[in-house]
Amino acid sequence: MPKPDNELTWRDLEIGAIVTDSGNASSYRTGDWRSQKPEYNFERCIKCGLCSIYCPEACIVKNDKGYFEADLYYCKGCGICARECPTKVITMVEEKE
Amino acid sequence: MAERVGIEVSIALADAVKAADADIIAAYPITPQTHIVEHLAELVANGELDAEYIPVESEHSAMSACLGSAAAGARTFTATAGQGLELMHEVLFVASAMRLPIVMAVANRAVSSPLSVWGDHSDIMASRDVGWIQIFVENGQEAVDNTVCAFRIAEDRKVLLPVMVNLDGFHLSHMIEPILVPQREDVAAFLPPNNYPLPLHPAKPVAMGDFAPPFIYTEAKWAQEVNLNNSYQSIVNIWQEFGDKYGRYYQPVETYRTEGAKTLLLTMGSFSETAMTTIDNLRAKGELVGLIRIRLWRPFPFEALRKAVEGIENLLILDRAISMGGPGGPVASEVKAALYNQAQRPRIVSFVAGLGGRDITPQGFEDIIMQGIQIAHKGSANEYEIYGVRE
Repeated sequence: MPKPDNELTWRDLEIGAIVTDSGNASSYRTGDWRSQKPEYNFERCIKCGLCSIYCPEACIVKNDKGYFEADLYYCKGCGICARECPTKVITMVEEKE
Repeated sequence: MAERVGIEVSIALADAVKAADADIIAAYPITPQTHIVEHLAELVANGELDAEYIPVESEHSAMSACLGSAAAGARTFTATAGQGLELMHEVLFVASAMRLPIVMAVANRAVSSPLSVWGDHSDIMASRDVGWIQIFVENGQEAVDNTVCAFRIAEDRKVLLPVMVNLDGFHLSHMIEPILVPQREDVAAFLPPNNYPLPLHPAKPVAMGDFAPPFIYTEAKWAQEVNLNNSYQSIVNIWQEFGDKYGRYYQPVETYRTEGAKTLLLTMGSFSETAMTTIDNLRAKGELVGLIRIRLWRPFPFEALRKAVEGIENLLILDRAISMGGPGGPVASEVKAALYNQAQRPRIVSFVAGLGGRDITPQGFEDIIMQGIQIAHKGSANEYEIYGVRE
């Protein structure tokens, strides 16, 4: 889109506010909904990937060392990964930012 | 057009949908709309209409199926009444906001409880704000003509909105009247193929009815409101073109014997024809009375209404629904609001009558008009008058 979303006027919208460019949900930042964030103790991680499977936001991917880690641009801080992790790698802590 | 035949209004309306060559009909039967969709089901089953008839499990599903159908670019029709309209209520908002050209006949019916299958306007008045174009008709020919016009209006590139054709349950839906039923060839010359600009298609994916956070929702709603208001001129133009082609003209506000009138009765729907008989009778007795009818309920015809009541002393408004605990008649409430800022405005008296299928006879209309004139002069302690209730 030529303008940032929050500068669009009513005239800029497609009929019925139809969205014609596909894949733009990925630009929507859901990370700022978060009140808690995951902290990792990767020494305990067995790289099973269960956290990634359970993540409702599908925002947990392998980092460059092969550990599974949430993308904080999308992570809403629900804590499901921390609860499901069999080796207790993840601790949810208060988001201070 | 075809020859004039004696035919039930519901059947003729279904034949108009056939003449318009609808692609998809998704409907659930409910009295007094049943004959419309029953006949359409027959036409599809016997091959007279090449369309998909989706016998859904509820009106909520009917309107939901219509969303998908219209979004795919198919010419889409449904019909309902009373509780059925209420059950599809939330989906009605979606249809208009997504700018989907769906046509729906509403055989206006009272709402429960107590259970009443008979006609009044309680159903549609609960759906005033759903963003649809809303047309009221007064007889069978108007129902048929406006069904054809409704497809043309809905699918117009400048409009692209769903359209309701409101016809009074039983008083209109079940009457047998002489009607010119349009044929496919006649309609084809007036109604080009549907060409929805952004249909669902695998080759060009779009997202409809998407998520709108607070930073964009107001813009989306304002775009919708501007569009609905702008549809007014397109509707007027299409009615004009229809009239030029077929000789029957429709306008947002129509008048009857208003020349020199001091008092006007305002009605909406089929009761207007009985009211005309009364106007004739009173005119013969020398009373300066006339009739004004709102045909286009949404978008509301503010300017045409203000012009129609210019110089009038008394305006008596008949409603066939009650806004419970509120100002009484919804039509009266809106007309009052439309005239409030006018320097010159008539005295207004609001009447509610004809609920749940109760007739208003020519004598009844005479009572309403004569009482109304008295109340207009003397005033009344009531927000509105209820006519004919037994004390």
